[in-house]
Amino acid sequence: MDRSLLTGATFCLLLSFGYTLYALGAGRFRPGLVNLVAILGGFVLLSLDLWIRGRVQGACPINSLFDVLVFMSWSILLIYLVIGPAYHLSLLGAFTSPLVFIVLLFAQLGATGASGPWRMTARDPWVAFHAALSLIAYGAFALAAVAGLMYLVQDRQLKKRKAGTLLYNLPPITDLGVANGRLLWLGFALLTVSFVAGHASGAHVNSVKFLASVLIWAGYGAILFLRLLRRLPPKRTAEASMLVFSMALLALPVIQYLSAPK
Amino acid sequence: MNIVCAGINHRIATVDVREKFAVGPHELEQTLARIRSIDGLAGAVIVSTCNRVEYYTASVCPIRVLDGLRDYLQERTGGSDAPLYTHESPASIRHLFRVASGLDSMVIGETEILGQLKQAYAAASACGATTRHLNKLFQHAFRVAKQVRSETQITRGSTSVGSVAVDLAGKIFGNLNGRTVMMLGAGEISERTARSFVSRGIGTVIVTNRTFERAARLAEEIGGMAVHFDNWHNAFDNVDILICSTAAPHPVVTREKLEPLLKQRNGRPLFIIDLAVPRDAEASLNDLDGVYLYDIDSLEEIVRQSLEVRRAEVVRCEKMIDQHVGEFVGWMRNHISFLK
Repeated sequence: MDRSLLTGATFCLLLSFGYTLYALGAGRFRPGLVNLVAILGGFVLLSLDLWIRGRVQGACPINSLFDVLVFMSWSILLIYLVIGPAYHLSLLGAFTSPLVFIVLLFAQLGATGASGPWRMTARDPWVAFHAALSLIAYGAFALAAVAGLMYLVQDRQLKKRKAGTLLYNLPPITDLGVANGRLLWLGFALLTVSFVAGHASGAHVNSVKFLASVLIWAGYGAILFLRLLRRLPPKRTAEASMLVFSMALLALPVIQYLSAPK
Repeated sequence: MNIVCAGINHRIATVDVREKFAVGPHELEQTLARIRSIDGLAGAVIVSTCNRVEYYTASVCPIRVLDGLRDYLQERTGGSDAPLYTHESPASIRHLFRVASGLDSMVIGETEILGQLKQAYAAASACGATTRHLNKLFQHAFRVAKQVRSETQITRGSTSVGSVAVDLAGKIFGNLNGRTVMMLGAGEISERTARSFVSRGIGTVIVTNRTFERAARLAEEIGGMAVHFDNWHNAFDNVDILICSTAAPHPVVTREKLEPLLKQRNGRPLFIIDLAVPRDAEASLNDLDGVYLYDIDSLEEIVRQSLEVRRAEVVRCEKMIDQHVGEFVGWMRNHISFLK
């Protein structure tokens, strides 16, 4: 399978990442048109890659860890492009591009499944819907973690009382807290719907996969519940969203291995 | 064609000298007409601000024009020997580009001068006093200023305690509309800081002071409400920004007092600006989640940092300006004209 589109998308994300580092070095750190065009270019190339592989496989291309990582990268970019401008969080792109670049690089260099013979899998539409929606939810959680990281960076800048480049260029800490919370709600809602779809399919679920998925869902549910009860301040929410996402990222290969068509 | 500049500024003349040279809007047309009568002068723009009075002229005979300008200024200031600086191309072009970019200002990187230059140019243009070279020069200067500001950090940060406080509040809350400021003590600096917030659209100002009458008077002046000093914590629920400036010899805002109040805030951040010496707020408050405490030293340190960053950027700005001066001189060489 030709990987030129994927390589092109990875290059676009690298360009955005590189530009961010350059701008940071020059003391500007304002994501401009370069970041947006590079991310948009990466998204278009990834969309094309997924579409072509979907046509070849005859199903949504999420049959291997490689597929999952590429699809999740696409989801992260999709959600960034939708919510970034809406929340005036263009700087989220500067933090998103390195994350997606690393995921794509790992998919190309480390993850297996893409280069082997294609497994033509006729999947239940509910299962395909469940899998795709779960990965989009992961995309939202990834961005929530990015917003959380930005929150913690800005909090540190404000506490240190130093007027560094980051302080002036990061968004207001209140906006970051709001974005972090809304992305958690979005991811949680998508994951819940995906679980309902998975249940509707009636497919057999491995108990380890089920337990790991429920733990991730419960982890995010607990964060949101505590927020509703006003027991979790924004800083703790930011930390928790990063922690749970790290756990989810570690659990992803296990879930994928257990749910891959055998 | 040569661009000739003559003028005085805050560096070489005190205000009592500068005010003699100042050209008010009411006399601009007349002054322009007068200096255009100088032999060899094709056009002129007069820039008159509180920190500088400068004459930019286009001429084929700079020596004669400079003599004429000196004579005119002596006549205008009653014969006093003014410490005038003069530049011819390309130094005059570089000077204008530096002025437009804020490099020649009292506070490096300030942006007000660009608006003043634009006004001066528009006024001269409306009087028909500009020439093709002056038009091109000023348009180029505006472009240079824009580029310098967007591609360097020459305007970064704030250069006064009040504006640093407002900037920091913006970095905490984003939009300041609808936010509430509480003034604990009604000192002069805290009043100025509160007024900075009011000018940025803050929603409510609560003033409290040991002398209630003073608090009431200040609240009335800035459109806020006064509360009794002993009850300040009762009015604290909706406060986003606390400005402290009491004369108390010990901390008024302590961790013991604040912690119970913070529990009712649902994680909303609190920005404490402590302008009092001795300090009103316990330093350890900064360790609390969502509390950002800045005392007078930390605010002044940020002002100092901003000025340092600006000074460090001057070299980059000068390089940009040199490049533009070269471009403009090149254009002038290709567009030699003796009249307009």
